[in-house]
Amino acid sequence: MHHVVLDHWSRRHSVIHARDARAKLAVAILLLAAVATVPVRRYVDVAGFSALLAAATGLARLPLLGLAWRAALVLPFSVAFAVMSWLSGDPGRAASLLVKSYVSAFTVVLLLSTTAFPDIARAAEWFRLPRPVILLMQFVYRYLFVISEQAQHMWQASQCRGGARRAGRRRHFRAAAGALSVLFARSYERAEGIQRAMAARGFGGRFVTLSRWRFGWADALFLAVSVMAIAGLRSFEVASWTR
Amino acid sequence: MDPVIEVRDLRFCYADGAPALDGVDFALMPGETVAVLGPNGSGKTTFALHLIGLLHGEGSISVCGKPVRRENLSFVRRKVGLLFQDADEQLFMPTVLEDVAFGPLNLGLAPEAAGERARAALRRVGMEEAAAKAPYHLSAGEKRRVALAGVLAMDPEVLVLDEPTTFLDPPSERQLVALLRELPQAKLLVTHDVPFARALATRAVFFERGRIVDQGPLEEVARRHGWLTES
Repeated sequence: MHHVVLDHWSRRHSVIHARDARAKLAVAILLLAAVATVPVRRYVDVAGFSALLAAATGLARLPLLGLAWRAALVLPFSVAFAVMSWLSGDPGRAASLLVKSYVSAFTVVLLLSTTAFPDIARAAEWFRLPRPVILLMQFVYRYLFVISEQAQHMWQASQCRGGARRAGRRRHFRAAAGALSVLFARSYERAEGIQRAMAARGFGGRFVTLSRWRFGWADALFLAVSVMAIAGLRSFEVASWTR
Repeated sequence: MDPVIEVRDLRFCYADGAPALDGVDFALMPGETVAVLGPNGSGKTTFALHLIGLLHGEGSISVCGKPVRRENLSFVRRKVGLLFQDADEQLFMPTVLEDVAFGPLNLGLAPEAAGERARAALRRVGMEEAAAKAPYHLSAGEKRRVALAGVLAMDPEVLVLDEPTTFLDPPSERQLVALLRELPQAKLLVTHDVPFARALATRAVFFERGRIVDQGPLEEVARRHGWLTES
């Protein structure tokens, strides 16, 4: 399960993991903005940001291929939009869309793999993101666990009863569609149970965590170096276009 | 002495119109342990959910003298700790320690105090070693104990335990009985496990089709409904 692995990775120890969540979130947002504003067909520029991300992955002692594979989850969605751009006669934009969305997804996956999700949410709250948005983010993240767990149980139950064997493609599709509806019904039920359990323990719409903010000199250094690296790359790129 | 929980003429129908509770009257005295017995679908869990204000029916419920109403919900949830039937529903934070500290943090405790309270609750259920683990890596019995720690960390005056022995092996069940015996709170045990109930409760109520159809000494109630056979 992809997000379970990310959750596990986010509990590791490294120089990147140890940094304050606010610093990491700020750097991630800055990097996303920098990648998003790279003009179409400037693939080399995106390569600079990719190198930065690879370096951060190395410092975080995380498997580059594992992260790359998980970031690829975004591709089916961006491919759909890229195909539309390509069909409308703009292959450059299509390729740019694919590259940028992949690098952006990698940034998010790296952030999730180096920072516990409640800390990211707390950092978002510190940055004054609207609370309903933060709550929604947290519930979506939590319910991914719920849905994947339910899916795993159903898959095991289906395997125990010889599921996926001897089934024709049509029957298989029908069974999968039926299973999907059951999965969502069961996940809804489970989510309702979790909501009750949260309410029973006094949840009032705000997640409070045990961790305290500790923004030290190392966090300031991380933030400064990252901002300088991103800004440096960006100004180098801008200078190379205008030359 | 005033009851810690008092229920009068409680009625509740689910959204599909199916009646779940049909005029329940009940009182739980301080320090008392009462077993709630009854067949599946008789309304036991629905009754337990009402006691903490998670469902709202007709009739009245009061907890420690205050009616269970929207404006009193935080008071009610501080006073009544509910252990859910399915421990997986109760464990939703990334680590065991954070999960147990979830309640104390919501009570407004500072992170250090909440963490300390959570560690003490984990120690109490013998799960201190698992503090840094992710809840989904625990066995079913361990999850149950961590869920109980989450309830104990709230320091409630009443414990409502919905099928607490589910997934517990016999040694864990004995440990749970020993632990619950030590706790001074009033307890409501919603269970099918008569030996477990017999180890802790003296009084029982028997639910059938959303009503309390019998109550009295546990042995007698269980025997009258064929839940206890002579050996």
